Amino acid sequence: MNNFAIQTVDLSYNFGNQVIIKDLNLNVPKGSIYGFLGPNGAGKTTTIKILLNLLRSPNDTVFIFGKDINTHRIECLKQMGSLVEQPAIYAHLTGKENLRNRALLLGIHKSKCDELLKLVGLSDAANKKAGKYSLGMKQRLGIALALLSDPNLLLLDEPTNGLDPSGIIEIRNLMIELAEKHQKTILVSSHLLAEIEKTATHIGIINKGALLFQGEVSELRNLNKPALKIETNNNGFSAQLLSQKGIEILREDNGSIYLNYQDKTDIAQINALLVTNGIDVYGIGAESKDLENLFLDITSKN
Amino acid sequence: MKQFYVALVSEFYKSRKTLAFWAAILLPVLICGSIALGYYSNAEKILKFNYPGMILWGQFSGASLNIMGLLILPFYVIFMAFSINNIEHKNDTWKTLFSQPLNKFSIYAAKYAYAVSLIFICLLLFFGLTYLSGYLLQVLVPEYTFKNYNPSIILSKFYARLFFSSLGILSIQFILSLIWSDFLKPMGIGFVGTIIGIIAANVQWKYAQYIAYAIPTITLRSTKPKGSNPEDFQVFTNDIYISIAYGILLFIIGYFILTKKNIK
Repeated sequence: MNNFAIQTVDLSYNFGNQVIIKDLNLNVPKGSIYGFLGPNGAGKTTTIKILLNLLRSPNDTVFIFGKDINTHRIECLKQMGSLVEQPAIYAHLTGKENLRNRALLLGIHKSKCDELLKLVGLSDAANKKAGKYSLGMKQRLGIALALLSDPNLLLLDEPTNGLDPSGIIEIRNLMIELAEKHQKTILVSSHLLAEIEKTATHIGIINKGALLFQGEVSELRNLNKPALKIETNNNGFSAQLLSQKGIEILREDNGSIYLNYQDKTDIAQINALLVTNGIDVYGIGAESKDLENLFLDITSKN
Repeated sequence: MKQFYVALVSEFYKSRKTLAFWAAILLPVLICGSIALGYYSNAEKILKFNYPGMILWGQFSGASLNIMGLLILPFYVIFMAFSINNIEHKNDTWKTLFSQPLNKFSIYAAKYAYAVSLIFICLLLFFGLTYLSGYLLQVLVPEYTFKNYNPSIILSKFYARLFFSSLGILSIQFILSLIWSDFLKPMGIGFVGTIIGIIAANVQWKYAQYIAYAIPTITLRSTKPKGSNPEDFQVFTNDIYISIAYGILLFIIGYFILTKKNIK
């Protein structure tokens, strides 16, 4: 048995001639919260639909807990709960009836419905028609529906869409609790890195159907080496001077120079070099690119 | 089998608050109710004809059978097939339905079986209400001759034929509503089909029985009493076999369309 809840092997998918996914090798470890990141239209939802067998994939390309989704469809789906795009709920039924209907299909006792309504904070709106719910409430009902069968693997496609900040924090805490206390594996897609870097243990970045990065969040942070930011009274001369000394200038913008460095002694030497050459140094210090910019950098490369 | 059963129960649960479900009950109640009301309020005029029991039953039940068979049944089937599929199109729930650990055939077959059972319930109510309202009229207007003839055999045969004659239309409309989420395409095709069907059946075109939409009209025309015993007509005739064959064939084709379909 492998240790992956989800594994795709060279998965490709086309709509007609249009390539949507190409050679995707997702590895989602059991018990992880896997942030599946990419800009809109990168192929996230298509991938999730393939993982749910809603879109057809070739045999031996998609494995859920080690089993091929095409040949073990029901067995795989039994272990999965999902929320794909906007929550799919019956607008003419109440929130509680939506859950009851799903419980009927899955052979789950109806008392579980009340439990879940409470969990997602919809107990007071349980008997209100779901069509009259706000987007945030619909999203929470969608999450309750995904959790109803107590699945080992949750696929959540942009679950915080339309939620207010406190709702986002609640969902975040719920995901952490599910993963830590109940050993669930969660794949959560988003187009905002900031939104999931706080919860995810692993990150996969996809753009134009190709996986550009996959690994633990710490690995992503390691990619993000800080640059040295310097502000002087004469940036042009400073840059020239530094270049002559063989120091690589990363960029110059907004009155600052950014360059690579190794450690603190480099900072002291660079400062000394500038000062001894008659340059006034107004500011010097390490500056990390935030992860969001790193994400943009990665996705803009392909 | 259990999956089919839960999917069927879920279909009922989902649609019990929709017009498709209530129409199956309201149509027979309204139509049979208003005909019975007419027979009650116009009793004097009708009694002048001195109809014997069998003819009175024929006139009375023919009123609802003709309205139902010619117009309302095809349109009810068209609307209901649309409604049962549209509940998923409208709420964008095909994707959640097919991501449940249930086999696709159970979900599809349960939807189809639910549609068939709604037609069955509707026609059963027509049969039961016609029968009961006749005897109720007899109690209210003792001069009526309903008590002189028991119409249960002839009525059940008529409604059984109507039920089977609707299966062809149901399967066509079911596929159309499965493929298209909008109302106009299946409704438009169904409307045109029904008109062509009625015309083809009325001009007695020899191939009319191969048009699924013509079969309910043919069914009603061909079961007019012939010979000495009016109860002596067959339920299963060529047109009914054709309707059932259409029903089965298109049900299977519908399933293959569904399995090949990517769920958007």
